[in-house]
Parts: sequence; C-alpha cells; structure tokens
Amino acid sequence: MKVAVCVKQIPDPADPGALDPETRTLKRDVKLIIDESDTYGVEMALQLVDAAGGGEVVLVSMAPNSERTGLSSALAMGADSATLVSDPALVGSDALTTAKILAKCLAEQSPDLVIAGSESSDGYTGTVPEQIAGVLGWPSVTAAKAIEVNGSSMNVQRQTDAGYDDVECPLPAVVSVTAGVVEPRYPSFKGIMAAKSKPVEEKTVADLGLTAEQVGWSGSGQEVVDVSEAEAREAGEKIEDDGEAHLKIIEFLESVKAL
Amino acid sequence: MTLDTIWVYAEGDSDAISSTTQELLTKARDLADTVAAVYAGDGDDIAEAAGSYGAETIYATGDLDGALVGVPVAAAIAAAVEAGDGPDAILLGTTYDGRDIAARLSVMLDATVISNVVDVEVDDDTLVGTEPIFGGASEIKTKFTGDACKIVLVRPKSFEPEESGDGEADVEDLDVPELGSAAGAKVTNRMVEESDGPKLDEAALVVAGGRGLGQAESFELVDKLAGKLNGASGASRAIVDAGWVPYSQQVGQTGKVVKPTVYIAAGISGATQHLVGMKGSKNIIAINKDPEAPIFGVADLGIVGDVHKVIPALLEALENR
Repeated sequence: MKVAVCVKQIPDPADPGALDPETRTLKRDVKLIIDESDTYGVEMALQLVDAAGGGEVVLVSMAPNSERTGLSSALAMGADSATLVSDPALVGSDALTTAKILAKCLAEQSPDLVIAGSESSDGYTGTVPEQIAGVLGWPSVTAAKAIEVNGSSMNVQRQTDAGYDDVECPLPAVVSVTAGVVEPRYPSFKGIMAAKSKPVEEKTVADLGLTAEQVGWSGSGQEVVDVSEAEAREAGEKIEDDGEAHLKIIEFLESVKAL
Repeated sequence: MTLDTIWVYAEGDSDAISSTTQELLTKARDLADTVAAVYAGDGDDIAEAAGSYGAETIYATGDLDGALVGVPVAAAIAAAVEAGDGPDAILLGTTYDGRDIAARLSVMLDATVISNVVDVEVDDDTLVGTEPIFGGASEIKTKFTGDACKIVLVRPKSFEPEESGDGEADVEDLDVPELGSAAGAKVTNRMVEESDGPKLDEAALVVAGGRGLGQAESFELVDKLAGKLNGASGASRAIVDAGWVPYSQQVGQTGKVVKPTVYIAAGISGATQHLVGMKGSKNIIAINKDPEAPIFGVADLGIVGDVHKVIPALLEALENR
C-alpha cells in the first residue's frame, strides 16, 4: 500500500509570530519545523502501511526557501521519500491554490490514500485536505480519529460534536486526522541518519505546469486590506494560594451569580 | 450598501437549528437584501426555526442517504450558481460539515474561501472578513477580489443571534446533481457519546484543564468541578494532542470557541493558541503554579497555586454549602 502524507513546515509556535509588513503574510524566513499536527498523519501512515503488510509512505510539502527541516523529521520517523514545492511565486497563495499545488504532486504519486492534518497550527483554515480531494475528484473523510483499511476501502471514525460517525469510504481517498489519534514515534538515531540519504525531489511552480499568475496573491481571489491590534483584555486580581484560595473562587463565583 | 442575496448553510434538525446558524442568519440580514438557508435534509424540518431568524427560503437537498454532506451539498449549490440562481455569498460556520462544504464548493466554483472570520462587512459590492491572528492579539481584514461567489467560514460565537420576527420560510428543492465516486463516503453508524451536562459551546460555565494537571487521570478533577457547577469541561490543545481527552473538547484556535459567563482555566498556561478560543469569556478564573503564565494576563481572578490542591478544596467547600 502506498500512503502519501501532506506535511506543513511552519515557524516554531513557541516563538511569537510576526507579519511581514510588506507582503502581509506570516514571516517564514525563520527556521521552520514540522507542524506537530502533521506528525499524527505520518505516524498513522506508517502504522497503516505496516498493517497492510508493507508498502511506502511518501511526503508532499510546499514551503519557501527550499526548507526541508520538517520533512527531515518526517523522513526520520520512517517515511520513504518526499516531494517539496518551493517557489517565490507561491507567496500569498490561498488554501485553494495550496490544494491545487499539492494535488498536482499527489497525482504524480498515485497513492492509495492521502493523509493530512485536519488543520495547520499556523494558518488553521482547515479546508486544504477537502480541497485536495476536490481537485483530485476523490472521496474524503475529514476529522478522522481512527482509520482501518480493508483492501479497496477504509472504515473511519469521524469526530462529531456528539461522538463519532462510522464512515465507509472507497479508495483512493483523502483523509484528515485530528491530533492525539496516535502517538507519534520519536525518530531513532538510526532513523535520523537514514533520513539524510532519502530522496527529496524539489519542484517549482513551472515544473507542475502552472504559471506564476495562477498562484500566489494573483491566483488567490483575496487580499489583506488591513492589519490592526485587537482590544486587549485587562488582567484582574492575582493571589498566591495560601490554602484558602478556593474561598476566593467561591466569592468570585457568587459575585457573578454563578453560584 | 448591501449585497443582493446571501445563503447560509443551516445545521440542526426538526427540534432546533444550531446557535451558529442563528448567528449567521442574523448577520446575513445586515449584509444582504435577501437571506436564504441551505439545508441537507427535509426543509420543512427547519422552515419555522430558520424563518424566524430571517431566512425567506430554505433550499433543501432532501435525504442524502447517509452520504457525508460535503460533496452533495457543495455540488447542489455549485449547480445553482452555474445556472445563475445562486447567491452573491454563502456563509457557513466553522464546523466539521461547514468546512467540508466550503472546501468542496471552492474547488467546484474555483472560488477562494475566507476562513475563521469573527466579523464580516460589506465594502462596495464585496465582502471583507475579520480574522484574529496571534491568539487574537491582532486582527487581519481580508477582502474578496474576484467576481466569484464569496465563500465565508465564520467562527461560532461571533455574533449575537436575534430573531427577525418573520414567519415560516418557503421550502424549495435544491437538486443534487449526479455524483461520481467523489461522493463515495457513507455514514454507516452514528455513535452518540453520553454526556450529562450542557454542551461545551453552549454552557454558561466552562472548566478547562491543561498540561498542569500532570496526568490523564487528573482530568477527573476538571470533570467533577464542571459537574458540580453545572458547566461543561474543556481542554487545552496540549492534553488533546497527548490523547488524554477527545478533540471535541478542545478549546482554542484549533478547536472550539467558547464565551461562557465564567471560564475556569485549571493548569493551562495560556498559549496564544488557547487564548483565541476563550478570551471572549465574560469572567475568567485561572489556576496555575507558574506566576508568569500568560493565562494570568487575561484572568479576572488569578490563583497562583497547584490545581491538585485548589480544586479538591474547592469541591469540598462546594459540597458543604
């Protein structure tokens, strides 16, 4: 079985982000790392290939400046190869354009299954996996919390507000996974060393048969017109627990009529 | 200045439409002359409820035979748009199904989606959405530039629902075109997990736990306190990622937006990812060992202390009242 995983490389969420004042996009000239949300997808793919008795896990990513750090993490976990699309023309691309780019790479790979995180940790539009499925013309299941592949179809538990739905879906298909569904493995030393020699194929927009006008800001159908500071919330009283702080909480709850 | 027509994707059943749908219909009335709803099911089920929030017409797909709604509903809307009967814009909630439909529709119409907006306004003949970034510290306004149907995904709890005083909506069929294998995903069984208290995004009081709980078992403290205060329990991303609690309980940028009267953050540091989902709460109480935790920056009452001591003491005191 061949499983493709979409991997986003993002600025470290622990560092406060910033907008580039000129392009009004997230600054991505900092060191990028793998979006933790995607490590669940990589782990799920490795487990599904194992359960199927073998196969391969391939990665696709779109990132500026030929960034590979995040891909290396996923390759070190055990993925076999990667395709990276990197092109200055991509700045300002909306989710739909991103999906078109990734779908082009995925179509070349012809996987049985595509796995993506439900939403990225930085942009969090949460639409790209379903848009990829739309571009490919494939069925899809979003917000998966468990996946079982049975030959030419899969059974998925799809998260709902009330619990979950059991969903049956033919393959090939796209599935997006929520965080926490599996425990991502830590790359072993051997894995890290092996990752260095795994193939990463880099492509430009032109390599995918697209023009610069079809991507980036010009292809996106939207523009940022304003960025402003939001109204800040004032902090209130802060006390040290001396063993009686719970009484203060009760007093507060009473004062706002919650008790 | 208003647009001519906006459609709202309506979620709910014969008992009620969702609070998010009520919000979207309320907002749509400010933005357009004509407001209609799209519904995946029997339109008569929601004709009165959606009508009372200003939907003039319900465009209903009828029973979808267990198919996940993304493909069939998007295809039905796209067919209407292509036939010239579609709206200028469509508003959907940032929900599991709302995202699926918006995403599929954007591909079918080759139209962009503006996502995660907390406000939307008309600017000349187009729409501008406001989206919080960096945990809500900044806001970014994004404008649709093309002529395509404007697809807007709105964060729940962005607007105050207000009835319009209108009566029952008309119901019209929204034909679902023939769909190929892309619509192959079918629901075979629905599992409803029992929960006693109010729903997370509707509760007047929320108790949420984070990494400071130390271990999965300690989440019981959060559940107990929520139960005692007739509230709902929520969680930070860190412990959802760790698998302690399901994703449906996550509060934050990725996860649910809550705006209860009281929000109690137990062992949550207050990463920007979390703050954006809860800082609209009316009153915030934070309990955390680290006096420097960012959560204290938004808390009306901050307790620097150990949740394992404060919450049991609080539970006991509440018990003895």
